[in-house]
Amino acid sequence: MLILECPYCGVKAEESELHAGGEAHLKRFGPGSSDAEFHDYLFMRKNPRGVHFERWRHINGCGKWFHAARCTTTLEVFGTYSAQTLEPPQAIRDAVSAKRPGWSWRDLK
Amino acid sequence: MSDPVSALNGAAFSGIATVEEAGLAGMITLRGDLGSKGLGAAVKAATGVDIPTANKVALSDEGGAAWMSPDELLLMVPYTEVEGKLAALTEALAGEHALAVNVSDARAVFRLSGDGARETLAKVCPVDLSAEAFVAGQFRRTRMAQVAAAFWLDEGGVFTIVCFRSVADYVFNLLSNAAHPHSKVGVY
Amino acid sequence: MSTRLAKQGRLIDRSQPIEFTFNGARMSGYEGDTLASALLANDQMMMGRSFKYHRPRGVVASGAEEPNALVGLGNGDRFEPNQRATTTELFGGLSAQSQNHWPSLDFDVGAINAKLSRFLPAGFYYKMFMYPRSFWKHVYEPIIRKSAGLGKAPDKDLIDADHYEHFYFFADVLVVGGGIAGLQAAKAAALSGAKVLLIEQTANWGGRAPVDGGTIDGTDPEAWIEQTLAELAAMDNVTLRNRCMGAGVYDHGYALGYERLSDHTPGEPGPRHRLWRIRASQIVTATGAIERPLSFAGNDVPGVMLAGAMRDYVVNWGVTPGQRVVVVTNNDDAYRTAITLHKAGVEVVRILDARPAGGGALMEEARQLGIRVEPGRAIAKVTGGKRVTKVAICAQDGEGGAQEDIAADAVAMSGGWSPVVHLWSHCGGKLIWDDAQAHFRPDATRPPLGDNGAGFVIAAGSANGAMDLSGVLADATAAGSAAAVAAGFAAKDATAPVTSENEEAPMLPVWLMPAKADIKLRMKTWLDYQNDVKVSDVQLAAREGYESVEHTKRYTTLGMATDQGKLSNINGLAVLADTLGAKIPQVGTTTFRPPYTPISMGAIGGEARGEIFQPIRKTPMHDWHQANGADWEPVGQWRRAYAFVGSNETVEQAVAREVINTRENLGLLDASTLGKLIVKGADAGRFMDMMYTNMMSNLKIGKCRYGLMCSENGFLIDDGVVARIDEDTWLCHTTTGGAERIHGHMEEWLQTEWWDWNVYVANITEQLAQVAVVGPNARKVLEKLGGMDVSKEALPFMEWRDGQIGGFDCRAYRISFSGELSYEIAVPASQGQAFWTALMEAGKEFGVMPYGTECLHILRAEKGFIMIGDESDGTVIPQDLGLSWAISKKKDDFLGKRAQLRSHMADPDRWQLVGLETVDGSVLPDGAYATGNGVNANGQRNVIGRVTSTYHSPTMNKGIAMGLVHNGRKRMDEVIEFPGTDGTIYKAKIVDQVFYDKEGEKQNV
Repeated sequence: MLILECPYCGVKAEESELHAGGEAHLKRFGPGSSDAEFHDYLFMRKNPRGVHFERWRHINGCGKWFHAARCTTTLEVFGTYSAQTLEPPQAIRDAVSAKRPGWSWRDLK
Repeated sequence: MSDPVSALNGAAFSGIATVEEAGLAGMITLRGDLGSKGLGAAVKAATGVDIPTANKVALSDEGGAAWMSPDELLLMVPYTEVEGKLAALTEALAGEHALAVNVSDARAVFRLSGDGARETLAKVCPVDLSAEAFVAGQFRRTRMAQVAAAFWLDEGGVFTIVCFRSVADYVFNLLSNAAHPHSKVGVY
Repeated sequence: MSTRLAKQGRLIDRSQPIEFTFNGARMSGYEGDTLASALLANDQMMMGRSFKYHRPRGVVASGAEEPNALVGLGNGDRFEPNQRATTTELFGGLSAQSQNHWPSLDFDVGAINAKLSRFLPAGFYYKMFMYPRSFWKHVYEPIIRKSAGLGKAPDKDLIDADHYEHFYFFADVLVVGGGIAGLQAAKAAALSGAKVLLIEQTANWGGRAPVDGGTIDGTDPEAWIEQTLAELAAMDNVTLRNRCMGAGVYDHGYALGYERLSDHTPGEPGPRHRLWRIRASQIVTATGAIERPLSFAGNDVPGVMLAGAMRDYVVNWGVTPGQRVVVVTNNDDAYRTAITLHKAGVEVVRILDARPAGGGALMEEARQLGIRVEPGRAIAKVTGGKRVTKVAICAQDGEGGAQEDIAADAVAMSGGWSPVVHLWSHCGGKLIWDDAQAHFRPDATRPPLGDNGAGFVIAAGSANGAMDLSGVLADATAAGSAAAVAAGFAAKDATAPVTSENEEAPMLPVWLMPAKADIKLRMKTWLDYQNDVKVSDVQLAAREGYESVEHTKRYTTLGMATDQGKLSNINGLAVLADTLGAKIPQVGTTTFRPPYTPISMGAIGGEARGEIFQPIRKTPMHDWHQANGADWEPVGQWRRAYAFVGSNETVEQAVAREVINTRENLGLLDASTLGKLIVKGADAGRFMDMMYTNMMSNLKIGKCRYGLMCSENGFLIDDGVVARIDEDTWLCHTTTGGAERIHGHMEEWLQTEWWDWNVYVANITEQLAQVAVVGPNARKVLEKLGGMDVSKEALPFMEWRDGQIGGFDCRAYRISFSGELSYEIAVPASQGQAFWTALMEAGKEFGVMPYGTECLHILRAEKGFIMIGDESDGTVIPQDLGLSWAISKKKDDFLGKRAQLRSHMADPDRWQLVGLETVDGSVLPDGAYATGNGVNANGQRNVIGRVTSTYHSPTMNKGIAMGLVHNGRKRMDEVIEFPGTDGTIYKAKIVDQVFYDKEGEKQNV
């Protein structure tokens, strides 16, 4: 059972206090987008072995959504960070690079 | 108006700890910028306390404030004064983005006291309740068995537990069951 | 025979005799006995019969690894099957029954299976019972069910009498196992200041050391254990729990401890089991090692035991399993058993050592005691039915031509020791093969990884492959210190105690005895006692092409019984590897899964049973409903009254009465469960326009509007009435089940997409009790209570006002879900019951009756109103339901808008909501499908629609329904067919979905 530190309240919460929200940093496509763009936005998700960026909510806690950078094979947590960002902050990317040199995720490296 | 009635009318149970429904408490959910001076002053005026830091509760004789999230406080005031305090808060915060609502009746409040209080709570919450880890003034929102709940510990060693009114019965029975008189774990 | 010895028995108190029964026979033992030791003391060697062949089986081991001695324990509401006699502490009045036999343990009809064993080879389920197909259900399955299996399930009508609980505990270092390794590791870790939890599965600390001998710090192990235990008990940062098994290790330092509090004192008040839910920075697994059986013919005859276990029975409980014992081994440790037995006055008739040169110092000691030792020798076959009678011995390096028969009544066997690597492996710790010891042990370079990416489990002592006293204690000291350092504490120099013991000669792997045993012997050579898997079965599986150990396991059922192959796995792997011509590490192990031994369902469930099985949400008027005939319906976790049933009516009659009365007089509905969300802020209007398909930003203050919410993929997810409270505040009603979900949905969009918008949301659902006052007399009762002006002019349809009614502060909404004149009045929850009572009192003269959710459903269905969850199911868009009028054409964007433009969504050729009326007035079955012409690719009839809501309408005295029908709105008056599950074909005409008061005059008065 995972533990993740909520970046908003600092509580190291266990999985039963959290709600998983799938892949992070999706860009919303609304009216005006092409069928292909909208299809990808709605349905296409990464399911990588290794470095992944995810959304979680501290639901039985402060209620805030946050992001986690995590390894899906070892379950190592590289860091958690604010939900109010369009991409992982440099500190998180550095933390991932330190542990998984050469990682890539979507167009991030 | 008729006399307001709390969810369980002051039910109580005594085992390794004592569980008591605390009765109606005045509570206001306040959402806003916790760093704002105006909000700080309004909270102080309503409750007599400064805004607590993360995961803390600040208590005064007439009330207090608990840190719910980076943009939310739970203000505690005398039950009969809620509407007045709410009006004053709303007026004081008119110029800024904030939301204050009365949630007094949406909650049930329990006091948990006695030697086995920490162990009782540790049977239903995934929280480190050892004396080193959970100290007076600390406030925690978490899961209590299958429902959301929050609690704090005061200087007198009493836990105050807040949950939704609709599950008051469940939480009371849960805590009473966990405080079974022969269920002392013997670690806290 | 097996008997109690005059001396020895360090764990029993001979001054405290205990009476118990086995299969109804009265027996006696002592305080400190296990059920197994007490049965042996009463010469009850045979304790059960095997799973498949019903072979007589005796106890083999002395601890958690025991495969055979499973019993049904207790009676009635405290009965539990499949309990290991070896881990059951004896108590006064204990009642045990042996399992898997009929009619009795001694005489068992099912033993015929043994004679049929050549028809029951590996994979026999798959081979024998395939054809003819019809035989499976009527012949094979009933027979297999009757003749195979272990204990009986408890009576389904009885409820477990005991109490169970969970306990969350946090530690820097969790040490699992209270043998000398665990004690020493805990001490080393605790010296650094780390918070240490040490758990031991048995009632006794110290593990095997007191039985195995040697000295620690110059004293005997027992004294050292007592001393160390006292030191640990005196440390504030150490928690010691015995009778607490490390059941499993999970991600990020999570572990389960299974504490058995009153299994040895049944009926004692308080919890029987407590499941410790532990989170530790570091876990030390000091779980010891398990001795392996040797694979020779007849190794399952009662009286054949593990050598270490036999020693345990003598030393710990003063019991000898036999009077003439043959010891057979491939290592030095079994000599300790021979020496122990000899010193206890038991005749050791022979030590057969498979190693050509025999053993070391221990062998010399045995010889000096006069015990006959034969190196290079083996057991060809053990003979005996319910008890060993004869042992045929042969050369190990041969085919088993017996050279001598020895009369004996017990055999002590040792095939070497395997570290208990289960907890290490549960969460991904890897193993390496140790050639010298012929076992798998933890590979310290590949431990389970924690959230920081570093290892969080350290194996210690014999669980780590350290098999001698000094090695165990040195390893445990290092493990404890390393765990403390990894948990963030500065190392204190813990030193390992000084030890002395006999040096041992190397063991020799022996996977089959004798090495070239013929097929007749191999067919009598057991690997897995509990599941009756033999050497020949694994060899057959290998010959049939099973190469993967995981497949072989499932095909042969090796290691799949309740003991999970604790004794059999390594031996089975070795046989498989040998048959495949591969090396053991290449074959690998099967997966180790928690729990280590079975744990009770009660412990898993914890407190969640009876009235706290799950939360039940109650409205402020719940108790009144209960007292007034409420027939409850669960709606999410809420309980809502389905109907208020009088003493002289059925539920159906009550519903019909409620409908008629509400249409004709006055009905009250507890609507408190409807969600109420406050949305406030400068950007709230903009936000509301994104959340709802309708335009909400232009709603006037004081007015209400029915709104629909869709998910981003266009499907309808909730509906409800929205009220504009003030310039920047809206109140959203959600469905009963939707409050938390929609609150979360709003928070998600605000926090993760539009975080720069100034909007706050608060869920005030439970702050308010809400009552729907419905029917032609609704206004009259409110006017009688007095206060706010509720006239048509002052409070028009779809508006709201704040004020007082009957002295209650309230907010009144003029909204209707029934087609009747209707108000929904919200008061503070603490006043809810008083307000309800006031309405009931005042309403008497107007014919007031409470009504429940079924009446609510019928009232709305008569009006053709949709219900989320009936007309919607996550695949329905508002357009399907004829709700296009509630979808704004003016807005650039709202959640679901883009999705509803996708080709399939915009296609006019969809299933559409219509009314359905059976031609004969009967009620359509709920969920029934309408069939059309032709068949689909699977040869099934094409479906053209389905029933979404169906009721008997008391108002119109006929069946009414709504359904989604392919192109339904273009098919008015067409009659379509709905086959029922009972074979009846229901014919229904497609009609307008509004059945009652089509012009909407009744609500508009």
